[in-house]
Amino acid sequence: MSASAENQGMAQWVGMSPERVGGRERVTGAQRYTGDIRLPGALHVKLAHLNCGHARILNVDASQALRLKGVVAVLTADDLPKPMPRFGPVYNDRPVIADDEVKYFGEPVAAVAAEDEDTALEAVKLLRIEYEELPGVYTIDEALRPGAPLVQHPSIRAADDPFRQSNILNEWCFGWGDVDQAQADMVIENVYRFPLVTHFPIENLAYQAAPEKDGVSVWSSIQHPYVLQRAIVTALNLPASKVRIIAPDPGGGFGGKGYPKYEPLLAFLALKTGRPVRLALTLEETFQAIRRAASQIRLRSGFTADGRLVFQDIEANYQLGAYADIGSRVVSKGSYVAAGPYHAPNVRIVGRAVLTHTTPSTAFRGFGIPQLSWALESQMDAAARQLGLDRLEIRLRNIPAKGETVIPGDKPVDGDWRMLLQRAANAIGWGQPLGKNHGRGLAIGMKNSASASASFAIARLLQDGSLLILSSTSDMGQGARTVFSQLAADELGIPLDRISIVMGDTALAPFDASTSASRSSVFMGNAIISACRQIKTQLRQMAAEAYDMAEDCIRLQEGKVICGERAVAYDRLIRDYYGAVRGEVIAVGTARGKYLPNHPLGGQAAFWEVAAVGCEVEVDEETGEITIHKLVTVTDIGKALNPRQAEAQDEGAAIMGLGHTLMEHLILDEAGRIQNLGALDYRIPTIKDIPLEMETILQENGDGPGPYGSKGAGESGILAVSPAVGSAIREAIGVTIHDLPLTPEKVWLALQEKRAGENSFARPLTDPKSYVE
Amino acid sequence: MEKNLIPISITVNGRRVELEVQPQHTLLKVLQNQLDLIGSKECCGEGECGACTILANGRAINSCLVLAVEADGWEIVTIEGLAEDERLDPLQEAFLKAGAVQCGYCIPGMVMSAKYLLMKNPHPSEDEVRQGLAGNLCRCAGYNRIIAAVQLAASEKEAA
Repeated sequence: MSASAENQGMAQWVGMSPERVGGRERVTGAQRYTGDIRLPGALHVKLAHLNCGHARILNVDASQALRLKGVVAVLTADDLPKPMPRFGPVYNDRPVIADDEVKYFGEPVAAVAAEDEDTALEAVKLLRIEYEELPGVYTIDEALRPGAPLVQHPSIRAADDPFRQSNILNEWCFGWGDVDQAQADMVIENVYRFPLVTHFPIENLAYQAAPEKDGVSVWSSIQHPYVLQRAIVTALNLPASKVRIIAPDPGGGFGGKGYPKYEPLLAFLALKTGRPVRLALTLEETFQAIRRAASQIRLRSGFTADGRLVFQDIEANYQLGAYADIGSRVVSKGSYVAAGPYHAPNVRIVGRAVLTHTTPSTAFRGFGIPQLSWALESQMDAAARQLGLDRLEIRLRNIPAKGETVIPGDKPVDGDWRMLLQRAANAIGWGQPLGKNHGRGLAIGMKNSASASASFAIARLLQDGSLLILSSTSDMGQGARTVFSQLAADELGIPLDRISIVMGDTALAPFDASTSASRSSVFMGNAIISACRQIKTQLRQMAAEAYDMAEDCIRLQEGKVICGERAVAYDRLIRDYYGAVRGEVIAVGTARGKYLPNHPLGGQAAFWEVAAVGCEVEVDEETGEITIHKLVTVTDIGKALNPRQAEAQDEGAAIMGLGHTLMEHLILDEAGRIQNLGALDYRIPTIKDIPLEMETILQENGDGPGPYGSKGAGESGILAVSPAVGSAIREAIGVTIHDLPLTPEKVWLALQEKRAGENSFARPLTDPKSYVE
Repeated sequence: MEKNLIPISITVNGRRVELEVQPQHTLLKVLQNQLDLIGSKECCGEGECGACTILANGRAINSCLVLAVEADGWEIVTIEGLAEDERLDPLQEAFLKAGAVQCGYCIPGMVMSAKYLLMKNPHPSEDEVRQGLAGNLCRCAGYNRIIAAVQLAASEKEAA
């Protein structure tokens, strides 16, 4: 699907960093996000939920609420079709509203629609909800205990599902070679934990819906409009042609806005009331709606005496929530690459998706990989220590070269990964003397990109020669509109300011699988280039007919059709071809990752997304506080179509990675309630938490499948931040911690333990909760 | 919902407006819902994220923490009031030039906090910028570019 060769050397805009398309609206406050759209006559919706994680709903008495002036409707499970409509991207397991049971803290039991927000809020307080609190499972260990309460009723699972009587949603086994027969000189085994964290986009989740003549329109801050359309189609049993999804640019997504949540509920409410309805979640409610899967990874690794990997034996348990959402795909796709970017001749991987009575985990930048690379890369360090090897050296000994196999049967290594590590090491002065309590760390992360998926783009060369691109990618901060404009501008020779990119409306823009997996520049980029090239073909054909010339005498250059001696502008050709009332030139471009039914993930990776991280930290021995003096990311991007935007994505991803590395974790109590809901108690990196110095290196070897040899990026920066920081802490003060986040308390306690002589090597800290209360 | 409406008079972006507001409504809600000034954003609603930052009587405040009735008689500048006749404020230009804008949701608050910072301290050091913007969260984490943007605006002001 490469579109690289033909346009090399003719790029005027690609590789530059023009002003962000949509930037002006964003600095002036004019940008309208989903919640800012005013639908005339809209009702305001508020949700009612219970103060616990698991309960049986006995009765909802809405009579008092309904008597409040301004209340128009109260919707509960009783108002919906039986059986309860369910939806989800992989399993149709999520009910439109809590059905019989509440399965996570924050799951809506009732929705109130009223003339204004205050009334809706007041009415929620007037609902009399009787319920019986039930025992729940809130951790991986609790969920896997024999006899644990079941999160999903076996009746909604397939009859032949071997796990239907357990909390295991699914289990994947991957591997090659023979771990049991492998002979290693040294074996190490550790358990690594990754906490519950939430996306915290600054724009909270927001939805609106309106009844249409024979269908429904839904507005959502969703990243994947066509995934949402499918959910509405499933839940409301409408043809897709009657379901219009309008998806304004999200105010940050990070995976948290990928998959439908309360949109079907809003759609039902709009149809029930016959009026537009609007629901803007608070930050607290957004916390209760989206999070990343926590994980517990047991890793047994065998090495030769000279530091070569002999085997990896991996058991990765991921904590999903009450419904599958895309969580099961996070586990399958993540655990598939659990052995990382290394040559491991013998590998056994078991990945488990474990249901718990918690907020359904969803996609989150890195899609299962930050959890794994925390384990894998910390383990490489442990091996280096045991074997007396340099941490860079042990990695270089195991990393495959370009063209070699990394996962048997999948795409061979498509980049120079050794160079990534070496550049990261050089950038942080690897091997140079260090100050007191300073340490350096290095790590590499690998993610498989999108596999089988499709993108369509429509290009319309309008009657005046300006260009419209219709694409269902979401511009959520990565700058897709800017990159797409650059690609089209170079392809057709049209100035940037005469190009518009229309997104976020399924009635206008054609299908796109998703804005995820760092796939848009590659997939949608290729689709756009293909559409533009078809336009050029049509222009040549039109010119041949209009000017009665042989088609091979006609070429396109700098936005003109060159016909022998004449240079004809596009609008002129359109006029000369169609006549005075004119017409336009339209083409559809597609790009597709081939669907392979027998491949464990449905298709090969389009590219490997790989980045190395290096850092230097300082630890305050008195407080356990960590200062990041320098953080470097080196991403194998193939070609940076817009270097500034690519750098900004990597920087942002790395800082986000510092969040789960140093400070972020949701704390649940014994009833499954999140204790630190909101910005006051759940800290994300502020401007004062960022590294004192950052360097963002883009490795451009032109070896990707996207336009101009590009690969996707944007998740790259987050993949391996944690192990690099953990490694640096170890070098600074000699303690190893296996459970994220590396909060000052935890670092300080580990230091005290070390000093007390109880332990000086690699003992995992116990339940992280014991350190936070 | 029926409540006693309270008349207030405020000056917003140089324009005096008379409003009747509900006593429980924050200034942010009134700006968004009664004046359609949607540039000031709500995220946390508790003064921690800074997305709703505006200038009130020359000082940066979180408009989600102030009741509209308290603002009676105030002079307010929101993000919509920075550009003059389509001409962007130097800070807005600098945010664009420095590539400091990603999803954009935090940007209005960020720009208003930066505006206040530069009013108080026309040539802030990097540390002073960090201090001045410590109350504004950006999850795209474009912080380095935001610092660069503020310093760029400060240096261009000097040149002008």
